[in-house]
Amino acid sequence: MQTKKRTGWDPVNGLKYVILAIATFAVLFPPYVVFVNAFKTENEGGASPFALPQSFLNFDNFANVMDRANIVQAFSNTFLIVIASLIGNVILGTMVAYVLGRIEFRGKSVVLGAFLVATIIPTITTQVVVFSLIQSMGMYNSLLAPILLFIGADVIQIYIYLQFIRNIPYELDESGMIDGASLFRIYRSILFPLLGPATATLVILKTINIYNELYIPFLYMPKQELVVVSTSIMRFAGNNQAQWGNICAAILIIMIPTTLLYLFLQKYIFSGVMNGAVKG
Amino acid sequence: MNNWSYSAQRKLILIAFLAVPLALLGMFTYYPAVRLLFQSFTDWDGISASSEWLGMDNYKEIFTNPALFGVFLHQIPYVVIGVIQNIVAILFAVILNSKIRGRNAFRVMLFLPFIMNAVAVAFMFQYVFDTTNGSLNALLGFLGLESLQQSWLGNTSLVNYSLASIGFWRFMGYNMVIYLGALQSIPNDMYEAAKIDGSSRFQTLWYLTLPNLTKIIQLNMFLTLSGALSVFDLPFVLTKGGPAGASETFLMKTIETAFQFNNFGLASAMSVVLLVFTVIILTVQNAVLNRKGD
Repeated sequence: MQTKKRTGWDPVNGLKYVILAIATFAVLFPPYVVFVNAFKTENEGGASPFALPQSFLNFDNFANVMDRANIVQAFSNTFLIVIASLIGNVILGTMVAYVLGRIEFRGKSVVLGAFLVATIIPTITTQVVVFSLIQSMGMYNSLLAPILLFIGADVIQIYIYLQFIRNIPYELDESGMIDGASLFRIYRSILFPLLGPATATLVILKTINIYNELYIPFLYMPKQELVVVSTSIMRFAGNNQAQWGNICAAILIIMIPTTLLYLFLQKYIFSGVMNGAVKG
Repeated sequence: MNNWSYSAQRKLILIAFLAVPLALLGMFTYYPAVRLLFQSFTDWDGISASSEWLGMDNYKEIFTNPALFGVFLHQIPYVVIGVIQNIVAILFAVILNSKIRGRNAFRVMLFLPFIMNAVAVAFMFQYVFDTTNGSLNALLGFLGLESLQQSWLGNTSLVNYSLASIGFWRFMGYNMVIYLGALQSIPNDMYEAAKIDGSSRFQTLWYLTLPNLTKIIQLNMFLTLSGALSVFDLPFVLTKGGPAGASETFLMKTIETAFQFNNFGLASAMSVVLLVFTVIILTVQNAVLNRKGD
């Protein structure tokens, strides 16, 4: 129907839909299999993996996961880490961008260079040393370890803010000074709000990164109560080898909240990802 | 603070705003980098107060022991699949940039894997790739393609391709969205002009669309390359480096060397090697992008 245009049948357009149909299948097939198997009993599991379950009202697997996988704790720990890291990143990132973007001082190019060079040193390569450092600071096995690392070791926010602040006209600062506002007030009431779009980009990119991070929580927080989303499913699967129904239920529980969030915020997420890619 | 001169305020702000960020930068970026380099010449075990100076021995070990440097070979499939992933992403970006129904719905769906938790995705694919109960083998059986059924994660020559294809599933939509953003910034009148000149669809794609994407294609290729250098999550979660070490990556080896074998000296040298490779890739990237850009 939609392939009919005024010019008549268009084979290229038809081909596009065929390709999109294949892609749709490829994207949705793995989650579909997880979805149907999350509702199956252990006996049903032996049959075809994509057969529908006998009943979609069998919530045993979900109950089991909620009981044993610390999902609630995992989400609340992840949430805490994300929020604390974001606040730190936004405050420190805007502060640095304000100084480097607005104030002239001796050694500025050195400071700027130090931050920019840091963006090309991958955090993951220095963990062998950072681990000993965190341990000596007494932060091993505490939420502070990932928070501090997400705030301190990743400097991409400075790059994003710096790009952005250079496009905000200096006349705005000057008009603030004519009104007698202090520099801190200019930073807080004029520049900070105007950096909002950069902050949105940052919030989206960092949230996705932190939520997906396995390495840092795995390395720094082996303690049971400090489980995050990434480590929760890993531990749970480690203890429940081959119990597919349970693992599928765990996967679903983890995926549903972010999928819903994504569907509501898609517009912002797309623009955040695009801005981040072009600037980062 | 209102009564202070602006130059005094500038000094105060300069110190107050830079102190903490610079301290963090020194602590978590530069100190570790320097310390890493120093440790890489020693045999430090991670605990002892003292260590022996080994000179270049650790580096010799890395480049001569195939069990160490050789694992980079396992990461080639990630580069191969990554390149294919970018080509496919461009294809979908072009398709979704044309007038087509359900454009936004398709875009939302293709990007969906990217926002799913990486570890959950890994376990999801454990179920896809499982030899006896896996849905991929079941699907092949259903299609009458039993001959293609495989031990996807158990076959030493296949395992890295299987793992890399999970990355493909997860990141193709992400690449596509970036390409789509670049496509949308190509002015529409250029396409109008091409149409008036009577250029075919293929000609438009080849001579107009792709040249305008060059910069972003290069950026994505370098991302693919530096990503392939530091693969960790997927093999770590799904295969633990198996079967028979066939899916171990250099970063996994590094972690293992440090935290299981307590050979922090050698692990530091391995980190330095990884760091240097990444920096080389990024430097080449910047050089290439800047040359083309200006």
